[in-house]
Amino acid sequence: MKYICLGYYDPAKHANMTEDERNAMFDEGFEYDDYLRANGYAGAGIALQPSETVLTLSWKNGKVATTDGPYAETKEQLGGFGVLEAWDMNHAIQLVSQHPSLKYGALFEIRPAGDLNEMIKRSEQRRLKGAAR
Amino acid sequence: MPPTAPEDVSRFIETLYRSESGRILATLVGLLGDLDLAEEVMHEAFATALDRWPHDGIPDKPRPWLISAARFKAIDGIRRRARFDGVERDLALHLEAHRDETRIHESWQEEEIEDDRLRLIFTCCHPALPPEGQIALTLREVCGLTTEEIARAFLVTPATLAQRIVRAKAIIRDKAIPYQVPVSQELSARLGAVLLVVYLVFNAGYSAVATGAELSCEAIRLGRLLLELLPEPEMMGLLGLMLLQESRRVARSSAEGELILLEQQDRLLWNRDQIAEGVSLTGRALASRRFGAYSLQAAIAAVHAEASSTASTDWRQITLLYDRLIRIQPSPVVELNRAVAVAMCEGPEEGLRLIDDLLAGEELANYHLAHSARADLCRRLGRLSEARASYEKALALAGQEPERRFLAGRLRELK
Repeated sequence: MKYICLGYYDPAKHANMTEDERNAMFDEGFEYDDYLRANGYAGAGIALQPSETVLTLSWKNGKVATTDGPYAETKEQLGGFGVLEAWDMNHAIQLVSQHPSLKYGALFEIRPAGDLNEMIKRSEQRRLKGAAR
Repeated sequence: MPPTAPEDVSRFIETLYRSESGRILATLVGLLGDLDLAEEVMHEAFATALDRWPHDGIPDKPRPWLISAARFKAIDGIRRRARFDGVERDLALHLEAHRDETRIHESWQEEEIEDDRLRLIFTCCHPALPPEGQIALTLREVCGLTTEEIARAFLVTPATLAQRIVRAKAIIRDKAIPYQVPVSQELSARLGAVLLVVYLVFNAGYSAVATGAELSCEAIRLGRLLLELLPEPEMMGLLGLMLLQESRRVARSSAEGELILLEQQDRLLWNRDQIAEGVSLTGRALASRRFGAYSLQAAIAAVHAEASSTASTDWRQITLLYDRLIRIQPSPVVELNRAVAVAMCEGPEEGLRLIDDLLAGEELANYHLAHSARADLCRRLGRLSEARASYEKALALAGQEPERRFLAGRLRELK
């Protein structure tokens, strides 16, 4: 099964680390990522730039509104996400719980990937019917 | 073997996981003494198989191949971790030292593997774990079900179920619960806990119409495994009980999922093979004279299974069996069932008197089946307004949708 793994970090904590600490965190983390990939557990992963770079779109008063920054303001920032291929949720937990960046204060959210295929198929049928009318 | 198409291999591996993962995991726990590590390397071994078997072909003996691959993974993994915390170096050295010893190959003999499974069952059903943790862990580690499958069967979210498993594993780790079958003086008490887990898994499957079949099958599979390993009379009784109850699955509900009571069931739909096996196991358990509550419940189920209709059922025999059951396992629910049996052989008035006595106590006041049993007896006695009142109470307390629809239907008939 596929799980989406969202990794959060606290920028303030990062700023207080020494360069050696930061390097150790990255080296251990990337090494573990290599292990995940080598065993076929890790699918696509994408890192994100800091949340100052975020632009949020929403619908306000009948038109699209844009605002700076992330939708939810929290101390922790979303640092990146990846797709994890695991047997079940506890296997995903086991894989993520060994990620070295946890020791450096990172947080992970594990969410089972949804399957929209059925929903899409039904939507297509509705739209086809609509077009035929 | 020649190379095989990747999709065939992955289907083969999926099936292999379902049938073999319990055995492989138990063997690895036996070798490594660590459930988390065993699971991790087992998954790695399956991943390796997925990668290699399409090119190399499926090995003649997939299980030893996987165990061996997992062992090498364990050595690598412990080395990797030892770099960070240094505590597992001893285990790595130990495994490495025994890397090529044939002793380990011999230990993959069928018998040894089954012993490892038995050890793992006792660990998963250890009384230090909360009951829901025991059930979840047994289904996942011994039966090879996924977190999501177990969550669906128990109607909880995967996240909730996943945490039960995480917590149960943490208790095993923190309390250093050993992977072993308890010594003989402890065995009967600990076996009781194992039987209870199997029974609870079966019950969860029995009452859930939609998701139940799978859980009941798992419980029966576990029961067979346990009986093979520990041929105790109560184990026979429990397996017999489960088979006898399961024999009615098809007859118990309509195609639309509506409940059908024993009296209205088409007895031709009862599974004769399951009944024959259940009756024979129950007979063996009773003959041992060392039987307990499961064997007695099985004996009651056997009387039902062998009757051609409710009218021709030997209700007096059933009442006597309930008397014995109450003696070794007194409980208001057993008393309630006895009252229903008494109503069947001595008439509804006598049964109603017993149920009213029971309802006067507090324990059954919120038990929907007590009220629906009372309603049924009132209905048969023509006391319709009392019957309606009791059906309404039962409906207010019933949780499962098919039961609610059944009670609502009965109420409509009386209006």
